[in-house]
Amino acid sequence: MTSPISPAATQAVAGRVLTQLSRDHRTVAMLLVVPCVLLTLLWWMFDGDERTFSRLGPPLLALFPFIVMFLVTSVTTLRERSSGTLERLLTTPMGKADLLVGYGLAFGAVAVVQAAVAVALTVGLLGLDVRGPVWVLALVAVLDAVLGTALGLLVSAFAATEFQAVQFMPAFVLPQLLLCGLFVPRSLLPDVLSTISDALPLSYAVDAMNEVQTAATWTSDLTLDVAVVAGSGLLALALASATLRRRTA
Amino acid sequence: MVDQLEVRRGGRRVLRGLSFAVPTGEVTGLLGPSGCGKTTLMRALVGVQQGVSGRVEVLGLPAGTPALRNRLGYVTQAPSVYGDLTVAENLRFFARLLRAPADDVAAVLEQVDLADHSNDLVNRLSGGQRSRVSLAAALLGQPRLLVLDEPTVGLDPVLRRDLWALFHRLAATGTTLLVSSHVMDEATRCDRLLLLREGELVADNSPQALLKRTGAGDVEAAFLALIDSRSDLTNAEVHS
Repeated sequence: MTSPISPAATQAVAGRVLTQLSRDHRTVAMLLVVPCVLLTLLWWMFDGDERTFSRLGPPLLALFPFIVMFLVTSVTTLRERSSGTLERLLTTPMGKADLLVGYGLAFGAVAVVQAAVAVALTVGLLGLDVRGPVWVLALVAVLDAVLGTALGLLVSAFAATEFQAVQFMPAFVLPQLLLCGLFVPRSLLPDVLSTISDALPLSYAVDAMNEVQTAATWTSDLTLDVAVVAGSGLLALALASATLRRRTA
Repeated sequence: MVDQLEVRRGGRRVLRGLSFAVPTGEVTGLLGPSGCGKTTLMRALVGVQQGVSGRVEVLGLPAGTPALRNRLGYVTQAPSVYGDLTVAENLRFFARLLRAPADDVAAVLEQVDLADHSNDLVNRLSGGQRSRVSLAAALLGQPRLLVLDEPTVGLDPVLRRDLWALFHRLAATGTTLLVSSHVMDEATRCDRLLLLREGELVADNSPQALLKRTGAGDVEAAFLALIDSRSDLTNAEVHS
């Protein structure tokens, strides 16, 4: 039995999550400032070496929001579970998808601001040189953040404690980080790893960023990459909705 | 309403073949020591408990049916509201999910006597106030059945009296209430009692009838008398 998504309930959830977040000034500040500090650090590391910064900057613009949103979402949903509010929500007429899409919308909105700030900094102040349209950098960063949120929602269903939730970060995110083409180009990976890399959504996010960096116009490769990232996000949300149980032990 | 209910959790039978009915428009108390299965029973009724067998019907429908979700209010033992939202923000959120009218928020705040605190963050409230916010959220949308898990624990006597008065006012309007407690002296405030011990129903009666049957002075003594007579029976069976 799948309940259709109710816009009113979804909005209520998204509004509530954003109100809660707005009370936590330190988290908001960190969400916006930390990616900027890291990108500035990267720029400084390659002081004067604009080529390396231009090669690493776009993929990292995709990675930071993904990692941050994965963590924030895992912790938030776990908190919802342990405070008993999740159980209460599941006794209301609210559909499971309403909750997950509501979370996705709220953190997606945060990601829009985060991506806008990070892209403005790297392109505007740090002089990141991309050939393609700058807004695509932001678009892919936002989609990546939503993907991180969706995976966080999915994975947190399997975490019983805070410790487990935090451990899912290295377990789910770091393999994707290693295989996404940042350290070794994906074409140079051993066959088995290359196949695994093809199956991981983060690879496509990094491909998309590289595409924007090298191609002046929107290419069909870019369409594919963006579609895979967005599709993986939706798939993760659907799976999260299917694995969320109203009845628990 | 409940027939041959059994609940297994991790291979252990937490509830062992319970059968009872909760009368409409009355306050039924679910009493028993901590760990006897009160919460599990309530979770089975609201449809969030796993491993349930037997028949559980709520308002004529199988427990957990989607159609029931805006007809019953459930208050968990620990207050399940958001600490980083204000009282009013919490209630408005739950009202939207329950599709309850917006003016319900003000009404339930009055009912639990928290109107003065509507703009306070829940984290800043005392434990008792927090549990009343949780209760208020369950009252939204005028549910037909209220399942309240130890709603009066830790409250001062005046508040406890007021809440029990509220429960009876709600019952008078046709709402059915199931209220759990491990404090036996709350039993006399109920119209009907279910005494639970180690997953089994020890008594299903009105407080007056229970006292009369056992000849005990209070419900605690009646509870003990019932348990003693049961263990006598089991001992007799063993000896014969």
